[in-house]
Amino acid sequence: MNKLIVSLSPHVHGGDSVQKNMYGVCIALLPAMLASFYFFGLGAVTVMLTSILACVFFEWAITKFVLKRQRLTILDGSAILTGMLLAFNLPSNLPLWIIILGALFAIGVGKMTFGGLGQNIFNPALAGRVFLLISFPVQMTTWPVSGEMTYLDAQTGATPLSLMQKAILEKDASILNDLPSSLDMLIGQTGGSLGEVSALLLLLGCIFMLCKKIITWHIPVSIIATVLVFAGLLHLANPIYANPLQVIFSGGLMLGACYMATDYVTSPMAPKGQLIYGVCIGLLTVIIRNWGAYPEGMSFAIIIMNAFTPLINNYCKPTRFGEVARKEAAK
Amino acid sequence: MKTFKIGGVHPEENKLSAGQPIREAQLPKQAIFSMFQHIGAPANAVVKKGDQVKVGTLLGEAGGFVSAPIYSSVSGKVSKVDVALDASGLRRMAVTVDVEGDEWEESIDRSKDLIRLSDRPELDAKTIVEKIKTAGIVGMGGATFPTHVKLCPPPGKVAECVIVNAVECEPYLTADHSLMLAHPDEILVGLQLVMKAVGVTKGYIGIENNKPDAIQLMTEKAKQYPEIEVVPLKLKYPQGGEKQLIDAVIGRQVPAPPALPIDTGAIVQNVGTCFAIYEAVMKNKPLIDRVITVTGKSLKHPSNLLARLGTPFSQLIDECGGLPEDTGKVIGGGPMMGKALLSLDVPMTKGSSGLLIMNDKEAKRAEVDPCIRCAKCVGACPMGLEPYLLAKVSELRDWDAAEQEDITSCIECGSCQFTCPSHRPLLDYIRLGKSTVMGIIRSRVAK
Repeated sequence: MNKLIVSLSPHVHGGDSVQKNMYGVCIALLPAMLASFYFFGLGAVTVMLTSILACVFFEWAITKFVLKRQRLTILDGSAILTGMLLAFNLPSNLPLWIIILGALFAIGVGKMTFGGLGQNIFNPALAGRVFLLISFPVQMTTWPVSGEMTYLDAQTGATPLSLMQKAILEKDASILNDLPSSLDMLIGQTGGSLGEVSALLLLLGCIFMLCKKIITWHIPVSIIATVLVFAGLLHLANPIYANPLQVIFSGGLMLGACYMATDYVTSPMAPKGQLIYGVCIGLLTVIIRNWGAYPEGMSFAIIIMNAFTPLINNYCKPTRFGEVARKEAAK
Repeated sequence: MKTFKIGGVHPEENKLSAGQPIREAQLPKQAIFSMFQHIGAPANAVVKKGDQVKVGTLLGEAGGFVSAPIYSSVSGKVSKVDVALDASGLRRMAVTVDVEGDEWEESIDRSKDLIRLSDRPELDAKTIVEKIKTAGIVGMGGATFPTHVKLCPPPGKVAECVIVNAVECEPYLTADHSLMLAHPDEILVGLQLVMKAVGVTKGYIGIENNKPDAIQLMTEKAKQYPEIEVVPLKLKYPQGGEKQLIDAVIGRQVPAPPALPIDTGAIVQNVGTCFAIYEAVMKNKPLIDRVITVTGKSLKHPSNLLARLGTPFSQLIDECGGLPEDTGKVIGGGPMMGKALLSLDVPMTKGSSGLLIMNDKEAKRAEVDPCIRCAKCVGACPMGLEPYLLAKVSELRDWDAAEQEDITSCIECGSCQFTCPSHRPLLDYIRLGKSTVMGIIRSRVAK
């Protein structure tokens, strides 16, 4: 007989792993990815593949040659996920070199400079997107019309978000009549980045993640509910603000609320903190969309709240066992 | 169905020995009685080498109020009074007896007849507590806190009810389950004795719903006692934790330390303890044996054995088909909170509820990944703590922060580490932090 192994309890493990969670999110994103291929054609496929491959390559290269770590982490799924999420944030006709630059920023600056998986302050994919949005505003906000099966030189058109902002700027509610119906927006069929099509499929993936206990409901529900209420109040007060259903189904809101804001590393730990984080993201998103310089505010809102996450973690503690009893005793 | 409110996990049950009736284990050739079978002061040996002892002869007297006496579970000759390796991995004082025959002290009533509380109207609270104290009974769920101490609440605290812990939430273990199926009446009388000892009129028995046969049987048998209620509980680990059980059964939460469970008015006793109390008070039998589950996926015959205390674990394993070839780890207790053994020659004690044999594949921990801050440990913690943070500050030796974050509230149930996708050794670090912080608090109070 071999010598007995001696270690401290617990001696069993639930079987969860980093890979299961990362690939779980990837699987949740698959339907929306296929929908983006259907609506945007070859361009979407090119953007997706380039982004994923570039992210994985940079993670491998930086781990091996810059950090000189023995253990390579490219198979933990996190780089693939960052690549997918970055691609979902890009228009389908973006030049390849810009995508690669975005991937380098996302993985290199957004993730690896902080020490790799688990250490970053900002969501890497969003860091990449915001970097590209500021650096290449024209290319990042010119979208081919959905359904055009081309890559470059596609016809570009206005997105729901730009229409919404135009209506507010020109104080003309009739512009909103050009918006697709909220049902169309739910199913897909709008211009925009890869991840802006089909809120429905993104929502389905989100339900899958909730069932698999990859995420909890707190962040997505608090974001969506806040936007619904805030945008709804604005709409009631003045019709130049769009219908709240169209607001939540447009742009990157679903993608952001379900997949980007819920990023483990950059979101708060306690349920209370997650609700505060979600409500703030919702408020900021509506504010930036309506009165900011960019038509889409989701990514900025999440990045801003990422920065507040350590502060939220400091102040929001989970309810301790016996806390209720202690409070009652104090009365 | 009731359960506790915060956190919790669902480990695979693996109750391999469920439904196996209790089997009496063979007498050992040599029995070893550690003087450290309970929390508190160790017992002091009162026998010397060469003494003849019987079953029920006092070997060690209690070393103080928070302590318990130790009795011989075999008859024979004392061959050694010296330090010996015990299940904790330490070499500590123990009495070794070479077994000859099976002679019992005459004061012990060995008949199987059930004696009800109504048969002994002369028993009062003081007598019951005294008998429990004399019999050396300690918490048999594994905590081994001397039972008579628990039955004497500190001044100012009043008991309102007694809760029997029949949850057995540890995977694999079925000792309490088999005991309930075999001796339901005795357990109920034991509960009545506890209720009488602390002067309360309400008793609960909390059983998880993975034991429907036990729930049915106990409910049936409890019908004759209107003051006793069987409470089925929704399956969730660590429901057998004292604080979690009180929360689940009567919906009250014990405040943070230094508050005690008695602050909620509840006194919790394990099923095995209740049975031992019955035997001690009604049959005059000191705590000399107990039911232990010997189990494991590779073990030939997972069983529930009624074994004499002091029996070496190796013998119990032999009775269940022998140690499997692929054994990697042997655990005293269950897989969530049990202790890995250094050697199989150590004896079973009052707190030995199980012996789990893991194969070498199950025994190894997985490679550790970085913390991805997924907060799953926060969601799993039944005490509402932040295990990732407690582990981090303990790793950084920031004891002030650890105390600030309530590390002393940790019950070491292991739910955090069980659930961690990165396989981080959270509880290893939290234990280090908790024991250090408790030491700091003690020295501060001493000043």
